[in-house]
Amino acid sequence: MDLTLFMYLIPSLIMFGCGVYGFITRKNMIAIMISLELMLNSVDINFAVFNRYLFPGQMDGMFFSLFAIAIAAAETALALAIIINVFRIAKNVDINQITKLKF
Amino acid sequence: MNFNLDYSQILYMPQEIGLLVVFLLVFLYDTFMPERTKRYTAVFSVIMMAIYTVYCFCMPVVTGFAFGEMYETNAPTWVMKNILNVGVVLVLLQAVKWTDSEFVSVRRGEFYELILLTLLGMFLMISSRHFLLFVIGLETASLPIAALAAFEKRHYESHEAAAKYIFTAVFSSAIFLLGISFVYGMSGTLYFRDIATMLLGNQSALLIAALAFVIAGVGFKLSLVPFHQWTADVYQGSPTAVTSYLSVISKGAAAFSFLIILVQVFGAAYSHVWEWMLYAVIILTITLGNLFAIRQRNLKRFLAFSSISQAGYIMLGVIAVNVMGMSSMIYYVLVYIFSNLAAFGVIAAIERQTGRVTMDDYNGLFKTNPWLAFTMMLAMFSLGGIPPFAGFFSKFFIFVGACHQGSVAIYALVLIALINTIISLYYYLLVVKAMFLRQDDCVIPTIKSHWTERLGLILCVLGVIFIGLISCIYTYINGSVDAISSMFAIIQ
Repeated sequence: MDLTLFMYLIPSLIMFGCGVYGFITRKNMIAIMISLELMLNSVDINFAVFNRYLFPGQMDGMFFSLFAIAIAAAETALALAIIINVFRIAKNVDINQITKLKF
Repeated sequence: MNFNLDYSQILYMPQEIGLLVVFLLVFLYDTFMPERTKRYTAVFSVIMMAIYTVYCFCMPVVTGFAFGEMYETNAPTWVMKNILNVGVVLVLLQAVKWTDSEFVSVRRGEFYELILLTLLGMFLMISSRHFLLFVIGLETASLPIAALAAFEKRHYESHEAAAKYIFTAVFSSAIFLLGISFVYGMSGTLYFRDIATMLLGNQSALLIAALAFVIAGVGFKLSLVPFHQWTADVYQGSPTAVTSYLSVISKGAAAFSFLIILVQVFGAAYSHVWEWMLYAVIILTITLGNLFAIRQRNLKRFLAFSSISQAGYIMLGVIAVNVMGMSSMIYYVLVYIFSNLAAFGVIAAIERQTGRVTMDDYNGLFKTNPWLAFTMMLAMFSLGGIPPFAGFFSKFFIFVGACHQGSVAIYALVLIALINTIISLYYYLLVVKAMFLRQDDCVIPTIKSHWTERLGLILCVLGVIFIGLISCIYTYINGSVDAISSMFAIIQ
């Protein structure tokens, strides 16, 4: 069976939607970060699939996903470091408790 | 296209190389100098940065492409980078004394290194003509700021601000990347110029979705309403030096590259897609920023909302899509750097010695600290746009630039912005009123500010007073933008 472009695109967009949903509803900072990773990875799938199906002559999309993966790793490392700092000082990673700054 | 990759192409990026040299010098000084000389790291990096800034002003402008046209340097990018350099020198100067304080001084070097690295990312954002380079620049510019926001290790607020910043930053860049992936799917290339030719005459819904995502992604960085919720919290929680950096430098760089992307990549979709998206965003940004600023009592939050509404004014230069709009936007950023840094400099000096940042603390400040109160007054006048000061001229030019676009809708937009200027005067003058007219029992005692803070404030005040009056500055910026006026030919 041949896989078409949309059989990749639709799952990737669903993944992105799940990421957005998780980002908004989850209360644990680690879970929020996992949701962010879902969003970033779905974008990588998009790039790879567009490249493979629509523009197989060049490699722009593949390279872009490689770079995006590296950047996502840097973001995750930094976010984890910040979460650890928050946990040290507030003894908590529940965002319902991290609400001192608000209007 | 020139794919001949040799090392001589690096000569097309003298400003980035210079910045990298400054960064390496500061890094080596911080790492290898003996312990007792480490307290001069701050002064050393300020002097290095100042020398580099003056050197860039004296150098002839380099124009051309590098790395297979991924990177472009021309007159406007050159001017913009010089302006950002000036702003960074001022920010570093005002932070010298803060980095000497007890709990910050052990990590003093990191502060300067991270600031210089984010500036490098912004340079790449400004000069990139390929989305890969742009995304790398964007992340280099925004990730270290999260680390900087968490710099005051003992303050809970600092960590909360950093957490909020990093989550919104990653969320926004994910949305931005999704938009780019749609653009790639439509055009098959990531070069700005090639995308523009591929998208010519494209009216598809996918293009509208992609543009919405791109505007949302960059809008987060610029803190445009409705993507502004992180701004106030991050500004309040981070150390004041980082807040001032975030509010002027990173906003200026993002605004410039936003204009480049919208015009160079999506110029063909101006009238039927993004003019109206931006139109709504500008009205919301200016109005809501102003209305929320009125009810703030904490001065850092107050300046956060004021900077949101100022971002709306900066966007007026983008929606104008002509030479005058672009040059008045660069000019606006220059003036905004001086006036906002004057305000933040006063706040930082007072916060460092007394820890007080609410507006009621400033009651009767004129009696005890007349010079600080005077500087703050000039900054507020300039931000509000009262005539002899630079802020008036920048607002004037940006309104004229927007009107040059010519359509009735834009005239209405300028009218709304004008009405909002009057509203903004009310809350800027609230601060002046507190300092000069109110009395209080526990007035802030007389403060002896450090010479670096004083020097930074004097430079800001000189800028606020004279940038508007010396008309050749605007002419110079306008002349540099004129050199690339062909960029606007694509607008439809």
